[in-house]
Amino acid sequence: MALRTFAKTLGVPSRVQQQLRGLQTFTLPDLAYDYGALEPAISGDIMQLHHQKHHQTYITNYNKALEQLDDAIAKGDASTAVKLQSAIKFNGGGHVNHSIFWKNLAPTKEGGGESPHGSLGWAIDESFGSLEKLIAKMNAEGAAVQGSGWVWLALDKELKRLVVETTANQDPLVTVGPSLVPLIGIDVWEHAYYLQYKNVRPDYLKNIWKVINWKYASEIYEKECPK
Amino acid sequence: MSFKPKTLPNPPKPHPQPNYPHPLYRLCCRDREMLMASVTTISSHLTSAFLSTPEFCRLSQSLHSSQRQRRCTRRYVPGTISASIDLKPPPYPLNALEPHMSKETLEYHWGKHHRGYVNNLNKQIEGTELEELSLESIISASYNKGDILPAFNNAAQVWNHEFFWESMKPGGGGKPSGELLELINRDFGSFEGLVHEFKLAATTQFGSGWAWLVYKEHKLDIPNARNPRPSEEDKKLVVVKSPNAINPLVWEYHPLLTLDVWEHAYYLDFENRRTDYISTFLSKLVSWDTVSSRLEAAKVLVAEREREMEEIDAIDDMDTIEPEDADMYFGSDADDFPEDDE
Repeated sequence: MALRTFAKTLGVPSRVQQQLRGLQTFTLPDLAYDYGALEPAISGDIMQLHHQKHHQTYITNYNKALEQLDDAIAKGDASTAVKLQSAIKFNGGGHVNHSIFWKNLAPTKEGGGESPHGSLGWAIDESFGSLEKLIAKMNAEGAAVQGSGWVWLALDKELKRLVVETTANQDPLVTVGPSLVPLIGIDVWEHAYYLQYKNVRPDYLKNIWKVINWKYASEIYEKECPK
Repeated sequence: MSFKPKTLPNPPKPHPQPNYPHPLYRLCCRDREMLMASVTTISSHLTSAFLSTPEFCRLSQSLHSSQRQRRCTRRYVPGTISASIDLKPPPYPLNALEPHMSKETLEYHWGKHHRGYVNNLNKQIEGTELEELSLESIISASYNKGDILPAFNNAAQVWNHEFFWESMKPGGGGKPSGELLELINRDFGSFEGLVHEFKLAATTQFGSGWAWLVYKEHKLDIPNARNPRPSEEDKKLVVVKSPNAINPLVWEYHPLLTLDVWEHAYYLDFENRRTDYISTFLSKLVSWDTVSSRLEAAKVLVAEREREMEEIDAIDDMDTIEPEDADMYFGSDADDFPEDDE
């Protein structure tokens, strides 16, 4: 606190003040695979645009909103702080969701598309009857999202059960329920599939399962629900 | 004691709800055709064959004051009238907007997306009471004051896309003129001011949606509050944006111009660069002539509505009970109430 007031008195630029306060900003995470490695399920063009343009833009705008919010809080400017909330939700949500998404995907030769084993596999059979039935449900709900959004396989860590949910725009899953942990998220914004699948979102949904990384989902599940 | 009949004034008519729009004003040609059709089936002069002809459609279309032309389709089934919503093509060939909007985009956007909305809507309304209504009436009914019903998304998107194609023309762009430009200068400071606001709305519509220029007739934003002293200044041009399928009809504004900012509208031509798409639309595609004629039509409609409301008000004034008349109900005359000992 003393350092902050000291910095202000000296007229130190606000960006430096933010670093002194320890404002953490974000950078684009790398993918664990090449852009073209998920073909033919998802084209390299889409992966590159999606990662380098869309996700990067969310991060850039999230950082900007965070800096403005930090400033507003430091100055006690409540109206600005409130006004920034939607930009934080859009862009921060976009960053959160896409970071999960890249880990949800893997090339087939690295296990993409392989059915879940272990406790997650059992839990899916118990909750939905079979993996096929889960996939059918997620595809139906994903196709039914009006406009832009996501479809999720989530673990409700309070009730210890699996659920399928959808969110609108870039709302992160926690906005649906605070105890929901995302296991698999599928982006159904048009930018996620349009160049390859055009208006036929159901085809995109059918094909993406060939590169879904169940290993990651199982890791998350086992961490929340240890045997 | 005698009973003296009193002539009471007529009881006051219930005040009409000043909710805009009054349903009659929104009657589109299809609804009026329905009315006419039910009247004319009684007459033996018109056969159902005539009712299914384009001549009948044009006759009833000319009754409607709006500039917007609706195409009427009739499936000829003897003795019955049924209708579906049409897939209306853009008023230019699919390649006519190149290089600013590619033929491929039009083929998918009109040929798949717009067509899909039309087909899905027709499936949804078949056999329901919505089938009898015009597109705008379906939108109003399924919007259901915000508690949206299933047919809304398809119906509104059909309307939005028709409106969008007609908002553009080959060799578009440039500047508006005449009364439209005057109002733009009045309400936005300058044409550049409008461009700035429109670009801002289109860029900041997060996710899927639309940006609009609308003619707003009331200053009050609450739908059930009537502007008590409307003046010309209350009627303004405003830029608004809307998510997904929502359009300004549901807010009782008069749309003049729209830009589709769903990703499918620009992704093939511009990828993620929505800002470039918006600039191209404004500088190369927008049809200011169409916007001007929509503005004219909106002003005519607004003037008509105001006249009707004045007439309704005039009738109301005549029926108003003056305070001193209230005595007549409760009997100021002792004779009205028989004394107990009589």
